[in-house]
Amino acid sequence: MDEVGDALAEDVFLLGGEKFASRLIMGTGGAPSLEVLDQALEASGTELTTVAMRRLDPASRGSVLDVLRRRGIKVLPNTAGCFTAGEAVLTARLAREALETNWVKLEVIADERTLLPDPIETFDAAERLVADGFVVLPYIGDDPALARRLEQAGCAAVMPLGAPIGSGLGIRNPHNIELIVESAGVPVILDAGIGTASDAALAMELGCDAVLLASAVTRAQRPGLMAAAMRSAVTAGRQARLAGRIPRKRYAEASSPNRL
Amino acid sequence: MKVTINGGDVEMPDGATVGEAVRRLTPLTSGVAVAVNGEVVSRGGWETTALSESDLVEVLTAVQGG
Repeated sequence: MDEVGDALAEDVFLLGGEKFASRLIMGTGGAPSLEVLDQALEASGTELTTVAMRRLDPASRGSVLDVLRRRGIKVLPNTAGCFTAGEAVLTARLAREALETNWVKLEVIADERTLLPDPIETFDAAERLVADGFVVLPYIGDDPALARRLEQAGCAAVMPLGAPIGSGLGIRNPHNIELIVESAGVPVILDAGIGTASDAALAMELGCDAVLLASAVTRAQRPGLMAAAMRSAVTAGRQARLAGRIPRKRYAEASSPNRL
Repeated sequence: MKVTINGGDVEMPDGATVGEAVRRLTPLTSGVAVAVNGEVVSRGGWETTALSESDLVEVLTAVQGG
């Protein structure tokens, strides 16, 4: 194989002791139907996808779990909707029981308006879940100090936001994401805020190991097409990161010989 | 006795189990988890765990999210 082929073949995403070929983690929230979701998941090429835990509704027909199972996609339960560490720990334990996985996307929000993660409750829950044998993937603000503390607490990754959930505002503080990447010894997954393909590519160029997104695809006018775009963007951003971009310069540097 | 299942009051015979409470909502056993008064009752314990008056039963499953 050539040099390019070698570099790409060797580039496996290792998370929680498992190998993934795709660096695009999908969420399932916001899709207008399970059919649309199914098409989007296929187009995205994802191998890991989040679900939420809610009270069982006897009237509901069809399950997101059937869709994931059919596609062979690993399910990642989240603790969305929890405001305290106690709620999040119970939700994670219920998810482990229902879905037979000890993986959890830990999400403890501070308020309904911003849906920003509560760092104190998140850290408390992370410690308890790690002690209980979970593979903990915490959703956090773009805070390098908290990311480091969560890694030290035994989390399998850190998942800083680019911008608030569902906002589509992109990566508001690329510098902090770079700082988190620089010091992290666990995978960094850019979670929340992605609006379009260039945001996902930027996350990967900044050195994130993967991107998690939902609304940008499920609420796009054509979810399947946006899922394909995100797949390409994540791959392109990753390749650019591995390739090593040229330094930014103040003035031009001719790319052609400047004399006859 | 009266218990609360997913927020609704339900009349159940004395000695009813967690398994009977779940079957009030669904015949499914996979993809479903139960907490009683904030503690998980694992599937293996559904038929042997009896409910008591005023117990709060939560029956959860996975939905689209995240």
